[in-house]
Amino acid sequence: MNDESRLRRQETRGVKSTNKMPEKGTGIMKNDFQVHGHEKLIWNKKMECMNGKDMRTLQSERLIKLVNRVYNHVPFYRKRMIEAGVKPSDIHSIDDIVKLPFTYKTDLRDNYPFNLFAVPLHEIVRVHASSGTTGKPTTVGYTKADIENWREVVARCLTMAGVGKDDIMQISYGYGLFTGGLGVHYGAETVGCTVVPISGGNTRRQLQLMSDFGSTVLACTPSYALHLADALTENGYSLKDMKLKTGVFGAEPWTENMRLELEKKWGIRAHDIYGLSEIMGPGVANDCIQHDGLHVHEDHFFPEIVDSETKNPVADGIEGELVFTTLTKEGIPLLRYNTHDLSTLNHEKCFCGRTSVRMKKITGRSDDMLIIRGVNLFPSQIEHVLLEMGETSAHYMLYVDRANNLDTLELKVELDESQLTDTIRDLQNLSRKIEQALNSAIGLHVKVSLVEPKSIARSEGKAVRVVDNRKK
Amino acid sequence: MTISQLSVFLENKTGYLNQVLAVLAKYNINIIALTVADTSDYGILRAIVSDPEKALEVLRAEQFSVRIHDVLSIEMEAAPGTMSRILDLFTAADICIEYVYAFSFGSKSILMLRTDNREKSIEVIIANKLKSISEADLR
Repeated sequence: MNDESRLRRQETRGVKSTNKMPEKGTGIMKNDFQVHGHEKLIWNKKMECMNGKDMRTLQSERLIKLVNRVYNHVPFYRKRMIEAGVKPSDIHSIDDIVKLPFTYKTDLRDNYPFNLFAVPLHEIVRVHASSGTTGKPTTVGYTKADIENWREVVARCLTMAGVGKDDIMQISYGYGLFTGGLGVHYGAETVGCTVVPISGGNTRRQLQLMSDFGSTVLACTPSYALHLADALTENGYSLKDMKLKTGVFGAEPWTENMRLELEKKWGIRAHDIYGLSEIMGPGVANDCIQHDGLHVHEDHFFPEIVDSETKNPVADGIEGELVFTTLTKEGIPLLRYNTHDLSTLNHEKCFCGRTSVRMKKITGRSDDMLIIRGVNLFPSQIEHVLLEMGETSAHYMLYVDRANNLDTLELKVELDESQLTDTIRDLQNLSRKIEQALNSAIGLHVKVSLVEPKSIARSEGKAVRVVDNRKK
Repeated sequence: MTISQLSVFLENKTGYLNQVLAVLAKYNINIIALTVADTSDYGILRAIVSDPEKALEVLRAEQFSVRIHDVLSIEMEAAPGTMSRILDLFTAADICIEYVYAFSFGSKSILMLRTDNREKSIEVIIANKLKSISEADLR
């Protein structure tokens, strides 16, 4: 798309551009062109448009400090580094990052709840938690400075999406232990939006407030945004009642097609905000109006792509596992955290003017983690609950589907003959009990169906536990 | 006072009930009474058969989920109002019926009964001199 058509596209979306047309032939739009009258599209020009050399210098300084910090304050990392035969003095620049050991989600579980924290608890001002692989959640802690940095990166993301202080932002991510709600909230306040912290759920109320308040920005999971769009008519609303112009959607992978569908259904610009609680929460990366990859705030989060088999770094454009090192994090700094999200990197300068490295929209995962309504779910968590209850066999199959754009879960689990009685009620009580145990362990509603013993296919290799029927 | 009842877990799938029946037929086991309790996802087949032990063995061998339960049984007079009078006795004793079914065997009318209080139910049967019937009577 050329620059002019890009601008025209903005105009048709009701976004005013200034009289500054892009300079012909440069292929680069002016960095300082404006939307919504006066909001700049780049929050922190110094960091987001820094030249590659300066960025690497900054990253190198930060990495060296980070490695010293974790080596001296986190026994886990000291041990890992000793095992890997690397000392803090071996790290001279960001290029030496490859010498460092990886961190995996299981490491967070093994150090539950606070053993990976690099500062004493009195310096931690907040904790968040997400689901772990089994039983125990993954806990993360933030110092005051971490919260400030989080605000900053979310503010950059929102600005990138054209959100400014004149916007009314309806935050329909869940608030609480989940990082989505509060993470976006602080950033939205930082850019000066009028924040509506409505949290998730209650579709009717979401639409009512959106209409009454005239919300201009919606932040939630893309599937919930679709659900809300489809619920407009049945709740007596039409697009005319809404002033929405931007969507900041994330917490689950979504395709380019889904973006176009959301933009069409709502008549908005939809942006992808990426993040994970282990690294920070939402705000690790975001796509600008070019929608050509997500700009990673690489002064805070250093990304690498590694081959999923060899774990060796791969070149730009080659797909692999996305790995992050938290360059500035104080509470729970992580070295080379393997997200298991699959992506590619692109270091070319973007037409939006940013130089920050871009990651491709997440295309999938290299492990079996599912994202259900924005909540991470590992099949192993289900297994853990079943084994702990011990009232069914541990043979199960999880069916994931999407009804009215909301993810649904059905668990088929084999009945243990010893639990078979002659009354239906006992079986219903058993399935209800499993539903309740799952709900309290993973925070999601799962419909439990008891099935005949040995009726779930046994696989010879790696067990297939999940059938995901959601449209791709 | 009790009769062995087969309880078979039935998945809600076309032809599934018949698979159970086919196994019983194959081993020449006669079905004396049969009832199905159903939900939208699954059901429980309750059956009184000529040889419950053998039925249990062959159904298990065919991978069905099956168990035997001893269910209270009462022989009734084949006359209008009999069953109502019997159930009145249980109601009076504050016993809740979980399920009930009835069938005829030769000239006999038999009531099968599962309640929320087995001990108390037996007391009711004895105290009211209800005619009890057992498995041997079905041979």
